[in-house]
Amino acid sequence: MAKRTMEFIVGLFMLAGLAALVLLAFKVSGLTKVGNGDTYIITAEFDNIGGLKVRAPVAIGGVRIGQVENIALDKNNFRAVVTMRIENKFNNLPDDSSASIFTQGILGSNYISVVPGFEPESLKAGEAIETTHSALILENLIGQLIYSMKSDGNQVTTDKKK
Amino acid sequence: MSHNVESIVTVQGLEYSRRDNPIFRGIELTIPRGKVTAIMGPSGTGKTTLLRLIGGQIVADRGVIEVNGQDVAKLSRRGLNKMRRKMGMLFQEGALFSDFNVFDNVAFLLREHTNLPEDMIRDLVLLKLEAVGLRGAAFLKTSELSGGMSRRVALARAIMLDPELMLYDEPFTGQDPINKGVLMKLIRELNTSFGLTSVIVSHDVQEMLAISDYLYVLANGKIIGHGVPQEVIKDSNPELKQFVEGLPDGPVPFRYPAEPLAQQLEAI
Amino acid sequence: MIVSRVTALGRVGWEFCQRIGQSGFFLSSVIIRRPKFSQVFELFSEQLYRVGVLSLVIVMMSAMFIGMVVALQGYNTLQKFGAEQELGQLLALSVVRELGPVITALLFAGRAGSALTAEIGLMRATQQLDCMDMMAVDPLWRVIAPRFWAGVISMPILAALFNITAIFGGQLVGVHWLGVDSGTFWSNMQAAVEFRGDVLNGIIKSVVFGFVITWVAVYQGYFSEPNSAGISRATTKTVVYSSLLTLALDFVLTAMMMGGW
Repeated sequence: MAKRTMEFIVGLFMLAGLAALVLLAFKVSGLTKVGNGDTYIITAEFDNIGGLKVRAPVAIGGVRIGQVENIALDKNNFRAVVTMRIENKFNNLPDDSSASIFTQGILGSNYISVVPGFEPESLKAGEAIETTHSALILENLIGQLIYSMKSDGNQVTTDKKK
Repeated sequence: MSHNVESIVTVQGLEYSRRDNPIFRGIELTIPRGKVTAIMGPSGTGKTTLLRLIGGQIVADRGVIEVNGQDVAKLSRRGLNKMRRKMGMLFQEGALFSDFNVFDNVAFLLREHTNLPEDMIRDLVLLKLEAVGLRGAAFLKTSELSGGMSRRVALARAIMLDPELMLYDEPFTGQDPINKGVLMKLIRELNTSFGLTSVIVSHDVQEMLAISDYLYVLANGKIIGHGVPQEVIKDSNPELKQFVEGLPDGPVPFRYPAEPLAQQLEAI
Repeated sequence: MIVSRVTALGRVGWEFCQRIGQSGFFLSSVIIRRPKFSQVFELFSEQLYRVGVLSLVIVMMSAMFIGMVVALQGYNTLQKFGAEQELGQLLALSVVRELGPVITALLFAGRAGSALTAEIGLMRATQQLDCMDMMAVDPLWRVIAPRFWAGVISMPILAALFNITAIFGGQLVGVHWLGVDSGTFWSNMQAAVEFRGDVLNGIIKSVVFGFVITWVAVYQGYFSEPNSAGISRATTKTVVYSSLLTLALDFVLTAMMMGGW
């Protein structure tokens, strides 16, 4: 086999591998071309983030606008500080928007849902979302349910006593 | 470095064992410069091992081997490489590189160790192939060569850098009389015309007696005889005599040790 | 009697350790020895052809069949839960995380690994390696190192090609034969497969496998006994050891990756 032909085939081989990797990146794993340059950062503080993880989506009305960049604990007021990376084309989020942590589906993973407010001014890079709603914790829910059942029961008995 | 002008290789007090099996038990040798020296002995006495010790591929347990006055065992990797460039070795199987054709095999050393241009390499290769009589076979593949031809190609390859010392590992083994004759002619002629020193390891007694200037005979890890061929033939040492004359029985017994025949037959 | 058995066992253990050490030194020599830069590219690309390109056929054909089978089997089971739309995700995750790197590695060990061992073992048996050594040309960098690096580099390329072909094959069965909706197939897959966590980790696995398999192959060839029985034993050892090592390392790597490294 001539040397030139062989080197050509080897080159093709390596390019094919690279192409396969690129295909895997975009077609199979849906890697979007979000580079760090087209985004800006905002933060939000929560009492409880539940099962929220880094890289969880941030969405408005279910449409993805960015992802969670970092999760940390504020040592002074002991609240969770979530840093979010939002795409630049969504730079008109009203100043008084709120952020809540919801669950995808019934047993899915957590994500942040942003509900836009009414102020004319927009959130700029580095600013924080003031109004936040923490994740629903199952134990709290059950506790509330039991408590409300008990208090209903007391109501009935006190009604009876009357 | 002082070196003895007369001998190119000196071996003193060499001891070497492989896995508790003693191969050499104290050997003294000198290889005189410019001559053909033969090292002979029965199969398995470690003649190939001796060549590998001289070439620095293995290290002796005790004793000193000097090539051109340098202790082989103490050389650094670079020193070893320098020494090996002045040595050529013809391996028992020829050891031609199976990836290359004849031409590329012979050109190998020039391409690896020199920066000569390709047309000069071409001329040198063809000249050396001419010296061994195979210039016409220059572009055959190694698989197309007969045993004798591949040894001649290996010989041409080994002398490409004009070495001082040529080591031959059993060159005549398994060759037909014509090939033996060819190789004998080549070894002798190359030694004279290129001013080489040749060391041949073999057990082909007749061929060795014919072309060597000096002989050593090894057996049981020791030298049992040495001298010029005419003297060695006349030596009356029984071990030496058995080897040189090819006697089937003698110090090396015909019968493998066993209990008496009558006893073993009765047992059945 | 027992003492002699224990001694024999001890000797086996000793030799085992000794061989591991020997292979470690061997590997470090192969990696460290300085090459002659004028020849490096040519030697390396020739080996890349022999080791990588020639393994393409078996890798891609196997990928096709495996992708199709996974899709078929997966659909069969998912149907019971009414979850056929997740077929794309099932296929892609199985292939990219496990089947791609591991099966490519096993095929590579059997085809390229054994060929390497046999070739180097033959060079050892015909004294070509000794001859090169005596000619002051270092066989470790001229013969062994190009083959080693060719193996390490071909493996991830082969694994990536395996992944693509398997997913393509699975898609043929899932979408065109079994009738899963094409849009759902791909979008569910894209939502579930992470580039860094799944694809890249799979590629990292294949590099590690390539490293280990090629190391075993060249070591066994280089230190094989210089006769035909020795070569065949060495070839068998290459295939067996490298396959087992691949599977063991797969477990270790998967555990590390799931633990979030």
